[in-house]
Amino acid sequence: MSEDHHDSSEHGPAARVKALEQLLADKGLINPATLDSLVDTYENKIGPRNGARVVAKAWTDPEFRERLLADATTACAELGIAGPEGGHLVAIENTARVHNMVVCTLCSCYPWPVLGIPPAWYKSFAYRSRAVSDPRGVLADFGLKLADDVEIRVWDSSAEQRYIVVPERPAGTEKMSEEQLAELVTRDSMVGVAKVATPGKAR
Amino acid sequence: MGGMDGFGAVTPEPNEPVFHAEWEGRVMAIVGSMFRAAGVNIDEFRHAIERIPPARYLASSYYERWLQALETILLEHGIVTREDLSSLPDPKGAEEPPAAKVAPSAAKPRTRAKFKSGDRVHVRNANPAGHTRAPRYVRDKSGIVRRDHGIYVLADSNAHHAGENRQHVYSVEFTARELWGRNDREKVLIDLWEDYLESERPHPRDTTLAKGRKRRVAPPAPVKRTGEGRKRGR
Repeated sequence: MSEDHHDSSEHGPAARVKALEQLLADKGLINPATLDSLVDTYENKIGPRNGARVVAKAWTDPEFRERLLADATTACAELGIAGPEGGHLVAIENTARVHNMVVCTLCSCYPWPVLGIPPAWYKSFAYRSRAVSDPRGVLADFGLKLADDVEIRVWDSSAEQRYIVVPERPAGTEKMSEEQLAELVTRDSMVGVAKVATPGKAR
Repeated sequence: MGGMDGFGAVTPEPNEPVFHAEWEGRVMAIVGSMFRAAGVNIDEFRHAIERIPPARYLASSYYERWLQALETILLEHGIVTREDLSSLPDPKGAEEPPAAKVAPSAAKPRTRAKFKSGDRVHVRNANPAGHTRAPRYVRDKSGIVRRDHGIYVLADSNAHHAGENRQHVYSVEFTARELWGRNDREKVLIDLWEDYLESERPHPRDTTLAKGRKRRVAPPAPVKRTGEGRKRGR
């Protein structure tokens, strides 16, 4: 599928975007240094580690967990996590009986402040089309097989709410610190296409 | 794209970079840094992406679609001229079709919620010419309100600079059976503006809903409109 093509050379869209950036800079509408800083922010500063901190804190601090599930925007702001696409965060919690996963079938809305820029698979036509109609099949694509009696709830981010899944805390992690727990939490587990693996076990 | 068939398996990319090429990050940053100051709202940007003709949409990568929509917005806001754009290398084809005309609405914010958690609702079978955030796969389907998210600008009118129409947005839950004709333990929860919804009416597909209720409106015809939606189990 051509959506998976990525042109890294200095022709095609690369050349066009370069010329467009120059055009807008000449008109005084953008500042290349501001663009550098935005790219750096999302390449190096904002990403799933933010969400992992939130999840680890929810696992270890019951009162924070309550606040997070009630109003994730405010709870994340306690940790200094906020920004574009994060004005209306909603945290949803996985349990042994209910598995939540997140999609945006209309475009690719994603909770940027906690997870960063979405991966290509989240933006792919395959995920956007099938996550709602065949969630068990999509989870199987990720190697996740859920018991038949587990209810799957797919959250389609069609408005301004941006969802983060609080995955189940794996067994055998009772003695781990919040920082150690955060290391276990993956991006995919916070989108709801994976579980958090018990440490030492292959996923 | 919800419910469309034929796109195959989801294929995660190991150790994926944030941007696959430098230009992708530049497009993101141009959009992120200049739209607000230029009076461009997110809804019209999304609509500009949707206006890309379907064949080209499907043949473009995510950031190629952003680039196309960015150019459309810049042109339509008079920020750049056609001459500016035609001077750029690597043209990707014709301009997008113009947005539909949507009449300005002076509706006041509707602060009072029409629905509450637990209410059964039906998604209007609307097929507007302009932008909407009610995907086809939930139109003319029935579900249950699970959350009231509060009051938000209506994307449908805002995308056309035709008024904010602030109103409640709800998380509405649909069963897999209602959407796809299956009775698995699967549900979809989707956020819908109040204008998309009406109170549930008895439905021929779900007799439990109709039981004990007075029929207020004729049930919808059993033959559905065609569309991209997957129609299993019918």
